[in-house]
Amino acid sequence: MATTNPPSTDTLDARLSGLDALELELRPPRRRSARIWSHVWPKALAAAIFLAFWQVVVWTGWRPSYLLPGPEPVFHTLYSSFGSLMDAARTTLGRAVVGFGLAVVLGTLLGAAVARSRILRAAFGSLITGLQTMPSIAWFPLAILLFRLTNGAIIFVVVLGAAPSIANGLISGIDTIPPLWLRAGHVQGARGLGMLRYVVLPAALPTFVAGLKQGWAFAWRSLLAGELLVQIPGATSLGERLEFAREFSQPTSLIAVMIVILVIGILVDELVFGTAERAIRRRYGLVDEAD
Amino acid sequence: MTRLHAVAPPAVDGRTAAEGAAPAPLGAVRVEGVSKVYGDSASAVRALDHLDLDVSPGGFVCVLGASGCGKSTLLSLVAGLDRASSGRITVDGRASLMFQDAALFPWLTAARAVELPLRLDGMRRAERRDRARELLELVHLGDFADKRPHELSGGMRQRVALARALGQRTDVLLMDEPFGALDAMTRDTLHDEVERIWQASGKSVLFVTHNVREAVRLGDRVVLLSSRPGRVIAEFPVPIPRPRRIDSPDVATLAATITDQLRAEVSRHGDH
Repeated sequence: MATTNPPSTDTLDARLSGLDALELELRPPRRRSARIWSHVWPKALAAAIFLAFWQVVVWTGWRPSYLLPGPEPVFHTLYSSFGSLMDAARTTLGRAVVGFGLAVVLGTLLGAAVARSRILRAAFGSLITGLQTMPSIAWFPLAILLFRLTNGAIIFVVVLGAAPSIANGLISGIDTIPPLWLRAGHVQGARGLGMLRYVVLPAALPTFVAGLKQGWAFAWRSLLAGELLVQIPGATSLGERLEFAREFSQPTSLIAVMIVILVIGILVDELVFGTAERAIRRRYGLVDEAD
Repeated sequence: MTRLHAVAPPAVDGRTAAEGAAPAPLGAVRVEGVSKVYGDSASAVRALDHLDLDVSPGGFVCVLGASGCGKSTLLSLVAGLDRASSGRITVDGRASLMFQDAALFPWLTAARAVELPLRLDGMRRAERRDRARELLELVHLGDFADKRPHELSGGMRQRVALARALGQRTDVLLMDEPFGALDAMTRDTLHDEVERIWQASGKSVLFVTHNVREAVRLGDRVVLLSSRPGRVIAEFPVPIPRPRRIDSPDVATLAATITDQLRAEVSRHGDH
């Protein structure tokens, strides 16, 4: 293996950089404004179509306008009672954050425990999926018995609604790691905790975040159901405002509250989870850069 | 020449080779009577059958065989990813393994990918940063340290994997058809690259391939395996001086001889 005339590195160098230059795709990045616009306009169009449809239904006179008001009076109410609606939204979002936070902790611990062992997975895997499909409103009678009409009852149901999705996201994230990655980790010297920290957890991250996103959707739904059923004196929440508007036959404020609920759901989904998911997907090379 | 010596010596295991001096040869591998059987007695598949193989320190051995000869199984066993059913494997020092797929983690940049084994080995941050930069320079990827795998071409990914494997404090480099999925031009260039780096490092290489010319281009010795079960049927020393070209007449002549044996081995498994 004596080093007799190794290949001239100058030409090898030139050849490699030539190949590198030719193999890399050249695609000019799109401007940021163009990218944002391409995300915004389809959503704006969808909202416009929805509003138009709503207005048309009102114009047909299918229900009298004191039961089904059009967009214009609803947005007027939304505007005039914006302050108190935001107060209610704060109460509701506060519960959502607490409930979802607990669900993340519980779901992650549960998912990590179950994913580690084949026996636990066989035992609890289908149970977790079963819990996920169970309508959260079915938990309320039990929650009210256990916690009475308190904040605790609502949080209890929110956690039970969201935790299974989060646990499932982590479990399937760990289950679907390509075996090659584990082998590659092993030959690089990763064992036990090192393997978990540097290979398993990052590899499971995209699926885990998808689970968080789904967990949030369940949490938000359970929470609103809870606020309709469990009314706590003193605290005005979005759910209570809905119930109140129905009892006093105020369809404009009822629909205004619904719009607030919808918009918060969309905003959190898009801004928090959508952004995280897109960032991860881009980082992991799971999206076409042109998107 | 100047570039080679400017970059290679500090980058490879921190050994400093004086101008022109060959590094100390490292990492012998001895495989003695190794068999690997998958499954239970009734439906067992014998992947390797009493296989004997030696890689001398600093040597470059190419293992060649058709499908089903247990080439990858052999490397898994030497790398310690799997256990032999019987026989003995001795590795003098530690081994790192390169796969056919670069097996880079999508969340790590090229620099971080090269750093990971160093980090797992407990090397300090500043040291491993420097080390990773040197290693990437060694495979001519210094400008791509911040790129993630999806931003690199297939050949560049394999070079990152090569840098990662070289950086490990190992004495043996196991390569499992590392260039099988690359186009001919890139593969050809990487052969030059591997030859150069191997000569500068003194590590021994056990290189598995199904490409006869590649084996002759790279190896000191080419070992031909039979298929199902895998067993050594012939060994060919490669007396062709380096640097070699894959399209040289010497390489072609020896490759033709080996190909004839390989064909005979493959037809043994047909109906006729």
